[in-house]
Amino acid sequence: MKILLIEDDKEAAEYLVKALSESGYVVDHAAEGRDGLFMATSGTYDALIVDRMLPGMDGLSIVAALRAAEIRTPTLILSALGAVDDRVKGLRAGGDDYLVKPYAFSELLARLEALLRRGSAVAPTTTKLRVAELEMDLLSRNVRRDGQAIDLLPREFRLLEYLMRHAGQVVTRTMLLESVWDYHFDPQTNVIDVHISRLRQKIDKGFAKPLLHTIRGAGYSLRAGD
Amino acid sequence: MTETVASSPDLGRGHALRRLLRTNAFRLAALYLTLFATSVLALLAFIYWSTANFIEQQTEATLDAEIAGLAEQYDQRGLSGLVQVIAERSAGERGDAMIYLITDPQSHPLAGNLSAWPTAEVIRPGWIGFPVEIKRGSQRETHAARGTTFTIPGGYRLLVGRDLRDAAAFRRRVTGTLAWAGLLTLGLGLAGGIFISRNMLRSVEAVSNTAARIIHGDLGQRVKLTGSGDEFDQLATNLNAMLDQIERLMAGMRQVTDNIAHDLRTPLSRLRSRLEVTLLERPDAARYAEVMRQTINEADHLLGTFTALLSIAEAEAGSNRADMETVDIAEIAGSVAELYEPFAEEKGLSLEVDAEKPVLVRGDRHLIAQAVANLLDNAIKYTPDGRVRLRVARGPGGARLEVVDSGPGIPPDRRDAVFDRFVRLEGSRSTPGNGLGLSLVRAVARLHGGSVTLGDNAPEPGLRAVLTLPEAVSAPAAA
Repeated sequence: MKILLIEDDKEAAEYLVKALSESGYVVDHAAEGRDGLFMATSGTYDALIVDRMLPGMDGLSIVAALRAAEIRTPTLILSALGAVDDRVKGLRAGGDDYLVKPYAFSELLARLEALLRRGSAVAPTTTKLRVAELEMDLLSRNVRRDGQAIDLLPREFRLLEYLMRHAGQVVTRTMLLESVWDYHFDPQTNVIDVHISRLRQKIDKGFAKPLLHTIRGAGYSLRAGD
Repeated sequence: MTETVASSPDLGRGHALRRLLRTNAFRLAALYLTLFATSVLALLAFIYWSTANFIEQQTEATLDAEIAGLAEQYDQRGLSGLVQVIAERSAGERGDAMIYLITDPQSHPLAGNLSAWPTAEVIRPGWIGFPVEIKRGSQRETHAARGTTFTIPGGYRLLVGRDLRDAAAFRRRVTGTLAWAGLLTLGLGLAGGIFISRNMLRSVEAVSNTAARIIHGDLGQRVKLTGSGDEFDQLATNLNAMLDQIERLMAGMRQVTDNIAHDLRTPLSRLRSRLEVTLLERPDAARYAEVMRQTINEADHLLGTFTALLSIAEAEAGSNRADMETVDIAEIAGSVAELYEPFAEEKGLSLEVDAEKPVLVRGDRHLIAQAVANLLDNAIKYTPDGRVRLRVARGPGGARLEVVDSGPGIPPDRRDAVFDRFVRLEGSRSTPGNGLGLSLVRAVARLHGGSVTLGDNAPEPGLRAVLTLPEAVSAPAAA
């Protein structure tokens, strides 16, 4: 997987290049907006990580220019501006996800993976999701594991749906809060953990192999095996 | 080599002049003066023209009357009578201004005060102008004259004219007067223009000087009011109000900065000393990893505090006003309660929600949700057993959101303090939290023009937190 990082802060860029390389990505780096846009137009990257404030050309303009040129490379925008309308502006410019600085690397990695898998992810028109022996019917809203019906509350259903759509990936608490609840703040208490453990009770209890895993220091992952 | 321009007085003056020429006040004054001078000159020209015209008409009217009189004499008394009348009149006092000459066919003067026919053209219809020589004492003067000529049957010719000396003198007088008037007006206009522009310049300069002092750091400076209530006073009043607002915001920011400095310094130094001590211990890899994890946790906690402070500052600055929309706080409360319900259940508390009917307010959905989340978070966190109730209803004071718990409550004398940043009650320090939750609730309430109060749940034990927000004026048609 080849990633282009457009970030002007030298130290942050060095750290990200190193961390992403260690996670198995090939990373190119541009420290200036116009160079970044030029490199991105080659279209050979699987994902872009673009800082919002850049010399030469700001991040949002880069994304807008790429989208105008029909280049649909998944793009994660990094920004120090965290207000809700900043986020809206970022996504409206054509960004696929928006991460506010400072962020945990695990958060960035999880979001990047979600972006990269988006292309190969389940088509939105699919009506059935499946992870190992866990099945979800999106039309009848039935969930079964090993043929055994599981009764879920509406919110638990949406939580599980998100996890199943991102099966095999690490999903962070913030991603869940944003996608399942549409909240862009971190509650003082970690309420997501309780929701997850409830869901785990319903889908994993009584089965030999757990599907819903907690990834320490990062989030959760729904997958068969360890 | 750099030239010291300012030290040369000439150049300095030139600079001051250029500066004056560039000022708006000067341009205004110049424009005013130009307009004023043009209109005054036009007016004076009109006066001159109509006066000159009047004098000319007057001369012609006098001559016409004279000619009519002479014609009458001629009709009644014939040529000899005419000659006699002319001789009389030439000698009389009219002779000063009037000019007469009657000649025989051989051009010999018969009577009159001219010795010879003055123009080459002997007879011409209409008015003619000609010079006349007048003896005045020993001096001979040449004056302009105006007159008309006639042929009398038998070859006699008659000239009647008028010396224009008086008219010319009058005209000169008028011209002189008008020129002086013009100069005087221009002088007055210039003085007035300078006065007005100087006055204006002074008012503007007062504002500009104050601004310069403020830029140099003295935020206490204010523009002085003249008390006249004019536009400049209004401008000064508005500027001062703006400066007050800026000063308030600056003070608020300084307080936040102080608090941040104070409250981030403690965990930061703890973090630092932990790392230092670990290095001194010469630890093994496992210990390193353990300390690193602890450090990351602490950094995360710091970032959380930082984010919370930023949210509060944002709500306090009111920068989100653009995002205000009509929202149903009952729906928001329901959704937040749903997020917290498992947490309450895990703690063995019952979370009762009474938010059935829509209650509409104008606000920022995300901030209100965060405020409700903080209230619920506190209630659940600090209630050891029993229940937490969330109720949304329309009250007399507006939309009312109540969170009532069965916990230990807060002593009345501490209920104001807990809204301040980083204030945590004794005994709550062991629970996770940063002491910013209620500060955010209050900032959000104020942003929406509402309030938040803490009370007790008498007669039962517990705390009652009430968030009041103004109800939306334009509610959609009630179902």
